[in-house]
Amino acid sequence: MSRSYLPHWMHWLGSPPNFYRFAGAWRPWLMAAALIAGAIGLYGGLVLAPPDYQQGDAYRIIFIHVPSAWMSLFIYATMAVAGLIALVWRVKLAEVIAMECAPTGAAFTFITLVTGSLWGKPMWGTWWTWDARLTSELVLLFLYLGVIGLYNAFEDRRRGARAASLLALVGIVNLPIVHYSVQWWNTLHQGTTVDFLDPARSSIAPSMLWPLLVMALATHLYFFASLLGRTRTGLLSLESGKQWVRALVDGQPERTTGAPT
Amino acid sequence: MAHWFAMGGYAMYVWPAFAVFFIVLVWDWFAPALRRRRFTRELRGRLARERTRNTRAARAEAST
Repeated sequence: MSRSYLPHWMHWLGSPPNFYRFAGAWRPWLMAAALIAGAIGLYGGLVLAPPDYQQGDAYRIIFIHVPSAWMSLFIYATMAVAGLIALVWRVKLAEVIAMECAPTGAAFTFITLVTGSLWGKPMWGTWWTWDARLTSELVLLFLYLGVIGLYNAFEDRRRGARAASLLALVGIVNLPIVHYSVQWWNTLHQGTTVDFLDPARSSIAPSMLWPLLVMALATHLYFFASLLGRTRTGLLSLESGKQWVRALVDGQPERTTGAPT
Repeated sequence: MAHWFAMGGYAMYVWPAFAVFFIVLVWDWFAPALRRRRFTRELRGRLARERTRNTRAARAEAST
């Protein structure tokens, strides 16, 4: 199979030891940026932003609920794209990335559901309702858990990754359902607060909007940092028979060339 | 400060939500490190056993 049409750097990065080293170099910086953005966003959201005229201070849950909900969809899309690459080109790195997306995606989906529940109780008077938005988000959590479960059900890790990637691709139909559920059905869940395609339709004051966007930036940075760390671990255990991993674990790099630090 | 913690009477909803956010993400951050440590320990043990076996085989070879 020829992959010569890929740019050189992609080819270089696709090799597990190279990616391992690259990820190790970038991960702390991404995490530091995520922590700084998170601190600024939380300060803006919890201290600077005024209380909502209808919801009082309860609305402040938005600053973690909405970024987490965006991440639950974004991570799923990332997982599906990596899964597609894994299925079509059988790139080992893509398999690992697709599979390592799932736990963090499940974590953000879980956060979305729990924080939504904690927000719903004082506003709607109920922890849970089988409304289209809530139900489709719960289905998203089950899709993530299904991907994790299917991956772990195979003895052969690479076959497991490809089977789970297929499930991830099928489950992508749920993404537009989650996104448009508040428009397609009459739901208890409130409508879109931030409309990126038509900012004039956004129904949020600038003093509340900027902390929300900074929190969204922080969660994206966090996800990339976390994914790099998870992928490093995934590559190590998948390549445990390879010399570069043995040299790394053993601290005996005498027989390797270009061993990562 | 106490006024801020009270969150206008919604403290019992706002703070648990933030706690869940942080607890879950801290778990997400440290889970792969634990997995990595376990894996490293296992592989190191396997390599050490292999080395012992190789040394023993080499010694047996030398003595024959």
